[in-house]
Amino acid sequence: MNFDFSDDQKQLRDQARKFLAEKCSPKAVRIVLDGKAPYAKELWKGLAEMGFLGVAIPEEFGGAGAGHLELCVIAEEMGRANAPVPFSSTVYLAAEALLIAGSEAQKKKWLPAIASGEAIGTLALFEGKGNPAPKNVKLTAANGALNGVKKPVADGAIADFAVVAARTGSSGREADISLFLVDLKAGGVEVKSLTNLDPTRGQAEISFKDCKADPLGAAGEGWSILTQVLDRAAVLCAFEQVGGSDRALEMGRDYALDRIAFGRQIGSFQAVKHMLADMYVSATLARSNSYYGAWALSTNAAELPEAAAAARISATQAFQHCAKNNIQVHGGMGFTWEFDCHMYYRRANAMALGLGSLSYWEDQLIDRMRKKNAA
Amino acid sequence: MNFDDTPQEAAFRETARKWIDANAPKEFEEELSKSSLGRIRLAKHDMVEVGKAWQKKKAEGNWACLHWPREYGGRGATPIEKVIWQQEEGVYGKLTQPFQIGEGMCGPTVMAFGSEEHKRRYLPKLASGEEIWCQLFSEPAGGSDVAGLRTRAEKQGDNWIINGQKIWTSGAHYSDYGLLITRTDPNVPKHKGLTMFFLDMKSKGVEVRPIKQANGMQEFNEVYFTDVVIPDGQRLGAVGEGWSVSLTTLMNERMSIGARLATGVPEMFEFCSNLMLEDGLAIDDPAVRSKLASWAVKSNGLKFTSYRTISALSKGERPGPENSIGKLVSGTMLQDIATYAMDLQGAAGLLTGNDEETVQGQFQQMLLSSPGMRIAGGTDEILRNIIAERVLGLPGDIRVDKDVPYNKIPTKGR
Repeated sequence: MNFDFSDDQKQLRDQARKFLAEKCSPKAVRIVLDGKAPYAKELWKGLAEMGFLGVAIPEEFGGAGAGHLELCVIAEEMGRANAPVPFSSTVYLAAEALLIAGSEAQKKKWLPAIASGEAIGTLALFEGKGNPAPKNVKLTAANGALNGVKKPVADGAIADFAVVAARTGSSGREADISLFLVDLKAGGVEVKSLTNLDPTRGQAEISFKDCKADPLGAAGEGWSILTQVLDRAAVLCAFEQVGGSDRALEMGRDYALDRIAFGRQIGSFQAVKHMLADMYVSATLARSNSYYGAWALSTNAAELPEAAAAARISATQAFQHCAKNNIQVHGGMGFTWEFDCHMYYRRANAMALGLGSLSYWEDQLIDRMRKKNAA
Repeated sequence: MNFDDTPQEAAFRETARKWIDANAPKEFEEELSKSSLGRIRLAKHDMVEVGKAWQKKKAEGNWACLHWPREYGGRGATPIEKVIWQQEEGVYGKLTQPFQIGEGMCGPTVMAFGSEEHKRRYLPKLASGEEIWCQLFSEPAGGSDVAGLRTRAEKQGDNWIINGQKIWTSGAHYSDYGLLITRTDPNVPKHKGLTMFFLDMKSKGVEVRPIKQANGMQEFNEVYFTDVVIPDGQRLGAVGEGWSVSLTTLMNERMSIGARLATGVPEMFEFCSNLMLEDGLAIDDPAVRSKLASWAVKSNGLKFTSYRTISALSKGERPGPENSIGKLVSGTMLQDIATYAMDLQGAAGLLTGNDEETVQGQFQQMLLSSPGMRIAGGTDEILRNIIAERVLGLPGDIRVDKDVPYNKIPTKGR
C-alpha cells in the first residue's frame, strides 16, 4: 500500500510552500483584504510562471501535463497561504469543466490562456439562495443566447470567461440543463461586485441579456458534467481547506506557546491544550479523507462521488473548527482586524458555502453511500 | 498513490492466505463474523480454549507473534508483514483477544529487560498461547496517574514481598503470568521509587476477584497481593527504574496499528436504512442524514488515517503521530451513535431486552459499554494531553507532586 504522495509530489509541495511564503505573506493578502486590489495580480503571474496554474492541464494545451495529485499538493499550499487569487474558480471549476466537456477548439482557446495566467475563468451556477439543483437553474438559453442572473459568482468581477449553467428544457429533469461558455468581455453581460464574507476572494452578480454563448458539451448533458466538475472541485477545495486548517492550528499552537497569562504559557492549561488537540484530530481526519479523494480523483475511480463528498464534509468541518478555535486560543487579540486569525475564519466559512452548503454535501454523501450499498 | 501491495508484500499475503485457508477453524467463522463491537460470544465453546487452539496452530506454522525474532517464537516478520497477516487473519483475529496484552505489552517488555534465559523460557510459550500473560499496572489510587501506585515490594533476602491491590486487570482469572509494577521506595519522588517484576499468577497470596462493571458485565478483575513472594531474578530493569520500564510497555500498547476500532457506524447505517419513522425511512430524514454523514466521514477518516500509517510501514518509515487519534474519536462516536439510535426508537428505546424494535438491544448495550471505551487504555483527557504534548509540542502539565517524596504527597485519608 502506498497511500501517500510521492517524493516528487512532496517536493512540489515544498516548492509551492516556499514560493508562497515569499510572494504571499499575510501582508500581501491584506492588500486585497483591505480592498486596495481586486486580487494579487503579481502573485497570479508568478503562479503561472511556476507552472502551477496549468499543472493538471495537458502539455498540448499549454500545461505542465502533470496530474491531479500534483494539483492537490499545490491546492493545499494555496489554502495554507490564504492566497488572494482566483485559483479555485479558474483551475478547479473552469479548467476542469473544459477538460471534461470542452471541444478541441474550446480547449485550444482557453486552456493555454489559463496556464499562462492570461485568462481568469469561473463557474456561474448559483442564482441566489439554494444549493446545486437543476430546479434552481432559472437562467434560460435559447437560440444561443442567455438570459438571466447568476449570483454569487466566485471571482465574477475579474473573470474573462465563465461556464454558465442554463435551462434548455422544462421537463423537470436533469436533462433540462445545459452548459455554455461565455466570453465575459464580449458584451451582453453586466457585472456587479458583491460584498462577501471573504474579501480576499471576490463574489459578483452577472446579468446576462441576450448574451451570445457557446455550448459546452452536448445539450442536456449539463447537469451530469456539472456534477463531475463539482466532485473534482470538492476534492481540490478540500486540500485548500486542509492547508488552511493546518495553518490555523499552527497559529493557535504558536500563540499558546508564546502568550503568558497567570504566570505561565497559556498552552500549559488543559483547557487550551485540549482545544488544540481536538483541532489536530479534525485536521488529521480531514487530511486522510482528502487523500482518499485525491486517489479517487487521480485514478478517475468509481468511488469518486462518495470520496469527494466525504473529503468535502470532513475538510469543511475541520477548517471551520480550526479557524474558529484559533481565534478562541488568541483571546481578545484574535478578534482584532490586525491579527490574521479572522482571515482564516472568513476563508473557512466562505469556502464552506462556495460549492454548496455542508448539509447539501451531507445529503449527497448519504445518497451516494446508499447507491453503493445497493449495488 | 495506490492501495496495491509491492510484489514482495503480495507474495507474503498469498502465503498467509493459503495457510489460513487450510488451517483456520472455519466452524467458528459465522459466529465470529457476527460478534461486533469487540464482544465475542461462542454459543457452545469457551472462547479462551478455542483461542488457545488457534494460537497453537499458528505457532506451529510460525505465524504467532510473527514480528518477533524466531528464537523467541516469532517469524522475524517486518511491521508491514504483521499488518498484512492481521488483514488476512480477519475474523479469526478476534480469537487472539486473550493473548493481545501478552503479545503487545508483556512480551516486548520481557524482550527489552529480561535475561536471555527468561526470554527463551517465557516468550515462545507466550507466543504460542500456551501461557497467557496479564498486565498489573492500574490501581484504585493510580489510574491516569499510574506512577501514583501504592502496591509495595519490600526486599527480604533474595526475594521481594508484595502487598497491595491492582484493578482493571483484563484476563487475570485465566492468566499464568503477570507483569507487575510496584513501589519499592516511598521516600523518593513517585516516578523514582518504582520497580517492575513478573510473577506466576498462581503464587501463594494472589487473589483474583472479578469486577462487576457499570454495564453489568464482568470483563476485568481486581487482583489482591498478600505477602506474595517474588524472587529477585524476576525483576525487569533495575530497582527504582520501573517507570522507564513501564514506558516501554505503554509505548508498545500504542503501536497496535492493525487493530480496527469499532465506531458503530456500519451498525447505525444499517439501522437507519431499515427503521420506519412516522414520515418514512429514518435515512430519508434530513436530520438523520446530517448526523450519519458526519459520523461516516469520521469513521472513514480513521480508516484512511490507518492506511497512511500502514503506507509508512510499507516504505520502512516510522509512522507519524496521526494514528494516536483513533480511540479518542471512536469512543465518543460510539456513545453519541448509541444515544441517537435510541432517540430514534422513541420510548421503546429505553427497553434493553431482545425486542425487535430495539434491534436486539445492541445500541442499548453500546450505550452502557461506551463510557468504558472512553476510559480504558488512556482516558479521553489523557489522550488529549498526549496529542497536545507529544504531537503539538505544548508544555507538560504543571505537576505539584513531581519533586515531592511519595510518602509526603497529600492523599485523601492520609
